[in-house]
Amino acid sequence: MTAIPTLALSIGWGTTLAIKTLIILAIIPLGALILGYVFLLKMMSHMQSRLGPMDPGGFHGWYQLVGDGLKFLQKEDIMPAQSDRRVFAAAPAVVVLSTFLVFLVIPVGPDLVDKSLNVGVFYALAVSSLSVIGVLMAGWASANKYALLGALRAAAQLIAYELPLLLAVVGVVIQAGTLSLQGIVLSQQHGAIFGFGGLGQPFILTQFFGFALFLVAAQAELTQTPFDMPVAESELVAGYMVEYTGFRFLFFFIGEFGTAFGFAAIAATLFLGGWALPGVHGTWADILGPGVLFIKLMAVAFLMFWVRFTYPRLREDQLQALAWKVLIPLGLANILLTGVFKVAF
Amino acid sequence: MWEQQVAFWVLAVAMAAAAIGVVRSRNIVHAALFLVVVLAGAAAQYILLAAEFVAWVQVLIYIGAVVVLFLFGIMLTRAPMHDDAGALDNDQRWGGLVVALFVLGVLIALLVNAFGGKKIHFSNALVSLGRTSHVGTDIFRVFVVPFEVVSMLLLAALVGAVVLARKD
Repeated sequence: MTAIPTLALSIGWGTTLAIKTLIILAIIPLGALILGYVFLLKMMSHMQSRLGPMDPGGFHGWYQLVGDGLKFLQKEDIMPAQSDRRVFAAAPAVVVLSTFLVFLVIPVGPDLVDKSLNVGVFYALAVSSLSVIGVLMAGWASANKYALLGALRAAAQLIAYELPLLLAVVGVVIQAGTLSLQGIVLSQQHGAIFGFGGLGQPFILTQFFGFALFLVAAQAELTQTPFDMPVAESELVAGYMVEYTGFRFLFFFIGEFGTAFGFAAIAATLFLGGWALPGVHGTWADILGPGVLFIKLMAVAFLMFWVRFTYPRLREDQLQALAWKVLIPLGLANILLTGVFKVAF
Repeated sequence: MWEQQVAFWVLAVAMAAAAIGVVRSRNIVHAALFLVVVLAGAAAQYILLAAEFVAWVQVLIYIGAVVVLFLFGIMLTRAPMHDDAGALDNDQRWGGLVVALFVLGVLIALLVNAFGGKKIHFSNALVSLGRTSHVGTDIFRVFVVPFEVVSMLLLAALVGAVVLARKD
C-alpha cells in the first residue's frame, strides 16, 4: 500500500518491506525524542520552573537532549550479580518490540499505511499489551525487591486499565462499523454534523466520553503520573527499571515515549480524524497526511503530558478502584448508548 | 502453497521445542516465558490459516492476560531466582507419561476422523470467513446458545472465585 499510484512507483515487495521496516525503526526513536524534548524537557521546565534543562547550549537549552543521549551511551553496562542474565537482557527488547508492532497499522495518508489490517485497532491494542511481559521480565530478572514490586504494580495496573481502553474504543468501532484504522479515518472524513459535511465528523464530537476514557486509560497504560506507581521514585526508586543503566535504560525510555507517541497517534486517528483534513483529497492528502496527523497527535500528547506534569500520584488502591468501579462501568454505559443511537438513527 | 508448508514447519518445530522447554525448565518463571513462545506460535498458525481476528484474540487474551496472570501469581507468591528442580519435579512422571500418550492418541484419532483427507484451499472466500464481521455474525446468529452458556459458566466461575477469596 505504500506505493503512491499517481507517482507510478513500482518496487518489489522485498524493497518495500525493507523501506517500511526502516521507516518504522526510525519513527520510534524519533517520536520518543520529539516527545522527550518538547514535553519532558521544555514544557515541564516551563510549568514547574525547572531551570536546568533550559540552560545547556544557549537557546532554550537545545543541547540538553544531545548531552543526555551521549551520557547514556558512555555509561557502563551493569548487570546485578544475582540477576538472570538472559531474561534481564531480553526484557528491554520485548518492550521496544511491542512499541514497534503498534506502529505498523497507523495510517498517515489514503495510500500511506505500513500494513493495512482488517482488524487494525484491535491488533494495535493486542500488541501493546505485550509490553507487560517485558516489564515483568525486567522486574523479576533484576533480583531486586524494588524492581519486583514495581513490576507487580505495573502488571496489576496494565491489566486493570486494558479493559477501559478496549471499551473506550468499542464506541468508535460501533459508530464507524469497522475495526480498520483506515476505515475509521474514512468514515470520519465522509461523515456529517447534522447534515453539514464540510468538516466531516470527527468522532470526538459524538464519542467525547470515549475520548476521555481512552485518554485516562492510555495515561495509566503508559504509567505516567498520576498513574506512575510502578516507577514511583519516592517509594520504589525507579520500579522495574531500577537496575538498568546506559543503553538498556535508554531502550526502556524509548519504549515508554515511543508508546506514548503511538497511543497519541491512535487517539488522533480514532477521535480527531487522523490524517484527514477538510477539503484535501487524493495525492495532496498523501503529501499533507503525515504532517496533519503529527499536529493532531502532538495536540493529544500535549493533553497527556499536561496532566502528567500537573497532578500528584494516586494511591495503589485508589488506582484499582478508579479502573474497576468508575472507568469500566462508564465504558460499558458508553457502548450501550452508542449501540442505542446506532440502531435508532 | 509451499510457503505455507515451510512456515508451518518452522513454527511447529519452534513451538514443539518451546513446549519441551516449558516442562523441562528448572525455573518456573522460565517455564512461563517458554509458554509465551508456544502461544505466540499458535497465533502465527492462526494467521497462516487466514484467521486474523482469532490470531490477535490469542495474542491479547493468552499472552497479554493469561501468561501475565501466571507470572503475576508466581512473582506475588514465590518469585524464585534460582533453579529449583526439587519443587518442580514430581515422582508420578510415569503416570503422567501414560496420560500424555493417551491424550495424544485421542487427539490424533479425533482430528484424523474429523478432518482426515480434507484440504484447505486458500481463496478470498476463506479470508472473508476469518474476518471479524463474519466471526461476530457466526457467534451471535449460529452459535448464540453455546456462547450464552459459556458466558454463564464464566460468570459462575467469577462469582465462585470472589466467594472463595472473600472471607468476611
